Amino acid sequence: MQPFTSHIAVAAPLLKDDINTDQIAPILHSRSLKEDYRAMLFHRARRREDGSEDPNFILNKPQFRNAGILVTGNNFGAGSSREAAVWSMLANNIRVIVAKSFADIYRENCLQNGLLPLVLEPPEAEAFAARVIGVDGAAPFTVDLVSQRISGPGGADVAFEVAAADRSRLLEGLDDIGLTLKHMDEIAGWERRAAAAQPWLQTAKDSR
Amino acid sequence: MPRTLFDKIWDFHLVGQRSDGRDLIYIDRHVLHELHAHHAFAHLEKERRAVHRPDLTFAVQDHTVATKPGRDDETNPSGTAFLKSMREGTRQNGIRLFDIDDPEQGISHVVAPEVGMVLPGATHAVPDSHASTVGGVGALAFGCGASEMTHILVTQVMALKRPKRMRARLDGRLSEQVSAKDVALRLIAELGVAGARGYVVEYAGTTVGAMPIEQRMTLCNLNIEMGGRSGLVAPDDKTFAWLYGRPYVPKDAAWDRALSYWRTLVTDVDAEFDREVAVDCGALEPQITWGTDPSQVVGISGRVPDPAAIDPSRWSAAESAFAYMGLQPGTPLNGLPIDRVFIGSCTNSRLPDLEVSAAVVRGRRVAEGVAAMVVPGSTRVKREAEAAGLDRVFRDAGFFWGESGCSMCAGGNGDRGEPGERCVSTTNRNFENRQGPKVRTHLASPATAAASAITGRITDVRKLLSGAA
Repeated sequence: MQPFTSHIAVAAPLLKDDINTDQIAPILHSRSLKEDYRAMLFHRARRREDGSEDPNFILNKPQFRNAGILVTGNNFGAGSSREAAVWSMLANNIRVIVAKSFADIYRENCLQNGLLPLVLEPPEAEAFAARVIGVDGAAPFTVDLVSQRISGPGGADVAFEVAAADRSRLLEGLDDIGLTLKHMDEIAGWERRAAAAQPWLQTAKDSR
Repeated sequence: MPRTLFDKIWDFHLVGQRSDGRDLIYIDRHVLHELHAHHAFAHLEKERRAVHRPDLTFAVQDHTVATKPGRDDETNPSGTAFLKSMREGTRQNGIRLFDIDDPEQGISHVVAPEVGMVLPGATHAVPDSHASTVGGVGALAFGCGASEMTHILVTQVMALKRPKRMRARLDGRLSEQVSAKDVALRLIAELGVAGARGYVVEYAGTTVGAMPIEQRMTLCNLNIEMGGRSGLVAPDDKTFAWLYGRPYVPKDAAWDRALSYWRTLVTDVDAEFDREVAVDCGALEPQITWGTDPSQVVGISGRVPDPAAIDPSRWSAAESAFAYMGLQPGTPLNGLPIDRVFIGSCTNSRLPDLEVSAAVVRGRRVAEGVAAMVVPGSTRVKREAEAAGLDRVFRDAGFFWGESGCSMCAGGNGDRGEPGERCVSTTNRNFENRQGPKVRTHLASPATAAASAITGRITDVRKLLSGAA
């Protein structure tokens, strides 16, 4: 996984609650095993009925075309477990999402991919959103995971907190599977104990 | 110290703690589906990693399979590559695949309990957000992303933060034609789409106790629609009787031993939950969504709400829902003309769902101009329904009777509505464009969907059956 230390980018405001994975990365009619994740992001919202770009959608506006930070509301990423909803962000160089809250599975998927899911509490979240609207893409913000601060135009630094465990994993870009593989002896021990205590859990056979 | 059912399952499955503080939770049964599995197979090959327990891992073809009778790999061209990749990946990794023509093929969340693969007190994971369906038999299930799926394949554990515990007490006797779907929609309406975020929900109370296992699965299926991490019901005699004799369930002495363990799988009397909620279900009428998220729900006799009655924080969501759904505040739901009905999905495609629908449909005809389809949740459900003659009931009435799969729930197999159509659907998400671009989805129970197909309007099934609709 690509480590995350800091990210300097324009912040785009998409200030709605409950933006779901069907909106972020819709299941399109024709698909392949190798998806174009860059084109998938907000595929429907980005386009008008005739298929042309909707100039009013935030990420289509000239100042936000290269936005690398998304600022949004409550419960971002609700819905499906589809990781494409994270990959499509990364394919567009969006590496930070600032929200009031995230859906559980979406947040996990972010952490698996080095996308920083950053939660600000309501008063700070609203103040920061207002600031992002005011700046209107004129200058970038810096999100620094080492100092846990957002700095940039239009105001003082904003402090945030990421749980220590998640933070170190992001900072070091640790391979999640690699971390767990250090515990294979414990896993084997558990399997032996389970086979004695609840043997039916350790075998799954069709008895027909 | 008294423990909840969740605590007992979690504690038993706790392998250890990782250096980053996460609990390693052993996964007893891992089920893959073809839409996401190819990501994991590619990873395994690239990193030269092996599947730790192929014998505890299963795979189904469900998201992209066509429902057309006589289907094959090519019937849905956009699914072909996924089906083939799944076949190849499971062959290389020694994983039992319930392939497109397998007698046990179907939607993972329907198949896993139906063959007895998931058991009370077992942990279960699927790379799909509706994994907790199997909570209906007392299993603890987690939906996960593709990276976590790969992690489970290699290690057989998930690295999780211990969730909080919620108990939803559902009490009261359900009225005729009111079912778990209506209860779940009401609960989501009360708690909101993020109301259970971070929680594992135990569904308890007299309403749940009286529910057949299939309805408990419907209830647990919709847990994610209020943001829950997982949801489950304590197993009881009904659960044990339901499981007995299924192909993957332990037999003979092993059954007796398992049963005595399963009887300990209850929440202790003084165990504490982080949150308790209660809903009186005795007076509940059939429920239906009016908007574009599963919490935008009213009773069938209700109207599209007035913004004045909506929490101000939800106004902008309601405004866009009014526009997308083509509805004005104050419009009664009952009587709204519809174009399409879908009965199926991991929410409501088990045999009793089809029986209830067929009982409404029997001897009636689908209204002119309405496209109505029934897609059984598994090939086994389909077989059993056909043995009972239900397919004839549906077909005689003008329904399409399909092969099993996820179908129109998310349209991943090409089954979709046309732009602007209004659809009554027994599925789990009424998100914009989910069932096809600009399709307007109303979530409801199988009984409500069946009744609406007959009249061509959103219908109170009780009125149809009493001759008043």
